[in-house]
Amino acid sequence: MSLEQIIFYLFSTILIFSSLMVIISRNPIFSALFLILSFVTCSCLWMLAEAEFLAITLVLVYVGAVMVLFMFVVMMLNIQESVSKEKFIKYLPVGLLVSVSIFVEMWLVLKSKNLVNEVAVSPIRHDANYSNTKELGEVLYTQYMFQFELASVILLVAIISAIALTLRKRKNVKFQDPVKQIHVKKADRVRVVAMKSEKL
Amino acid sequence: MAFDFINIVTVLPEIVLLSMACVVLLIDLYTDSAEESLSYYLTQFTMVIVAAVIIIFAPEKTVLVFDGAYVSDNLSFVLKLSLCLLGFVVFVFSKKLLEDLKLDKSEYYALALFAMLGMMVMISAGNFLTIYLGLELLSLSLYSMIAMQRDSKRSVEVAMKYFVLGAVASGMLLYGISMIYGVTKSIQFDVIHEITMITGQSQLIMIFGLVFIVIGVAFKLGAVPFHMWLPDVYHGSSLPITLFIGSITKIAAFALIARVLVDGLEGLHASWKDMLAILAVLSLILGNIIAIAQKNIKRMFAYSTISHVGFIMLGLIAGNQLGYSASMFYTLVYALMATAGFGVLLMLSKNGIEAENIADLSGLSDRSPLLAVVMLVVMFSMAGVPPTVGFYAKLSVINAIVSSDMIWLALVAVFMSVVGAFYYLRIIKVMYFEKQDIIESVDNSFNERLFIGVNGLTILLLGLYPTTLMMLCSASFK
Repeated sequence: MSLEQIIFYLFSTILIFSSLMVIISRNPIFSALFLILSFVTCSCLWMLAEAEFLAITLVLVYVGAVMVLFMFVVMMLNIQESVSKEKFIKYLPVGLLVSVSIFVEMWLVLKSKNLVNEVAVSPIRHDANYSNTKELGEVLYTQYMFQFELASVILLVAIISAIALTLRKRKNVKFQDPVKQIHVKKADRVRVVAMKSEKL
Repeated sequence: MAFDFINIVTVLPEIVLLSMACVVLLIDLYTDSAEESLSYYLTQFTMVIVAAVIIIFAPEKTVLVFDGAYVSDNLSFVLKLSLCLLGFVVFVFSKKLLEDLKLDKSEYYALALFAMLGMMVMISAGNFLTIYLGLELLSLSLYSMIAMQRDSKRSVEVAMKYFVLGAVASGMLLYGISMIYGVTKSIQFDVIHEITMITGQSQLIMIFGLVFIVIGVAFKLGAVPFHMWLPDVYHGSSLPITLFIGSITKIAAFALIARVLVDGLEGLHASWKDMLAILAVLSLILGNIIAIAQKNIKRMFAYSTISHVGFIMLGLIAGNQLGYSASMFYTLVYALMATAGFGVLLMLSKNGIEAENIADLSGLSDRSPLLAVVMLVVMFSMAGVPPTVGFYAKLSVINAIVSSDMIWLALVAVFMSVVGAFYYLRIIKVMYFEKQDIIESVDNSFNERLFIGVNGLTILLLGLYPTTLMMLCSASFK
């Protein structure tokens, strides 16, 4: 077994373990932390497959931004731990049946011989100077321009929906009005009172 | 990629639609809240102008632009045009109830336009990436359109359910696509088509991917056993959104299945034929039988949709031009019928209270003869009674399936149509032969009455003269 394979199997094992723990662990904080672990391991696997741009993005975007937000939400919400467990036993037989049958079916397909021969052509190796990021950048704004624009529209829809679903104009809420704050004058706030000076 | 002018001209309908959606969104900032109907009129204007652009810039032959990401052909022309026309009617019908429910905000119309954009992208998709992005654009807009009715617990619950199941379906679809990509090294439909035509069924991993793609597509179409979300979504969302989901998104769903299975994976027809046959038979049986037990008319329509999806799949199973065009004809006709059916329900709704039980229709012939007649036509058409167009739709699908020597499928379809006729005829019985004690008047604006009348008349006229639409459909598959 080459060093590369050893690294691959090591990270794969960690990935599978941490993904399982995301679902199994009863404390939502642990789940979120295990999700971060699986993202990091996944990005290592991508690095191994010479997809360094994806690997970096995964760490920067998901671990750096999304998961931190997740952690905040989990901490804010104060989710009860015991709720999910009651229904687990109830749905276990059905879930087990479905997952076992899916597993057996996939096993039957994947173990058959004519699956491997034609398909598994190993990808071309690139030398150290090859930049994955540069290659992506070259096709992203040319060949995939249409899809790139579409993705931006999807993000726009996400913004619109997020605002439309959460913005409530409630009455009787105290809030600051920056315009008024800027235009405030000394006379509005400070009242100068003429007083007689008192003698000691 | 050389940046040609033809790229812009070909995608002009989408560009216009996107720009107008942004205008609808922004114009709200500069108008008083009293003039909310401005965004409604802008939306309707958009539908008209996009339809005009589609007709004016219709390409004479199939054009592939943006390195094959976008395809413009007969299929996309017919589907997009019917999308715009039906979209216009859908917005006319839903205006009043949206106002009553205080949903007629510019965000709603903007989201609806973005959903239309997603559908148009799906219709014109030339590769897997484009069709997936179009699908997500459509679904995301739909989820938030349903959830916009925040005070209704049912709507929010349904939006969540739809969101989760939709995400699972997208995951399935993507997994299948990645398998196909792994083998063919391409996401381009025409390239994959060539490869599958040569290799055929020999590569097992292609079929492995195909299974996941079919599951994803069946989820989106609502075929049994992936139908569980459909009755809940129809029931839980408010009627204008049910109308939107129930009618025009079916056109996009057909585009999805036609582009992926026919344009892309036609070489694997022998494999997906059997998968679709199972889905179709189950949908026909379960849809028609469970619809009988429904008291809520929205749920009844949902189960009836499931059975119609079975019919649409039957045409694809035939696997030739006859079958594909029959299936497309059926989809367009179904969208037309569903628009009229839900349109009648929308018009019966008053002050934000929806007409959703079958009992709400009782004595409709006395209250509003026009609505009763339209509903009568719709029900006859859905049941497949001549001379309505539903008859020709069913006939052409069954014709295609019989000519491909799958008579048992045709028998199932005919037999289940007979079962289905029961609950369609029951609606007619309720409308014409049951009297309501208190006669509530139904008042609708002239526009609404005009369009519902035209809609009902179209169903009849297309039944008498189905040739033109049939020819358009068969010209779409060459």
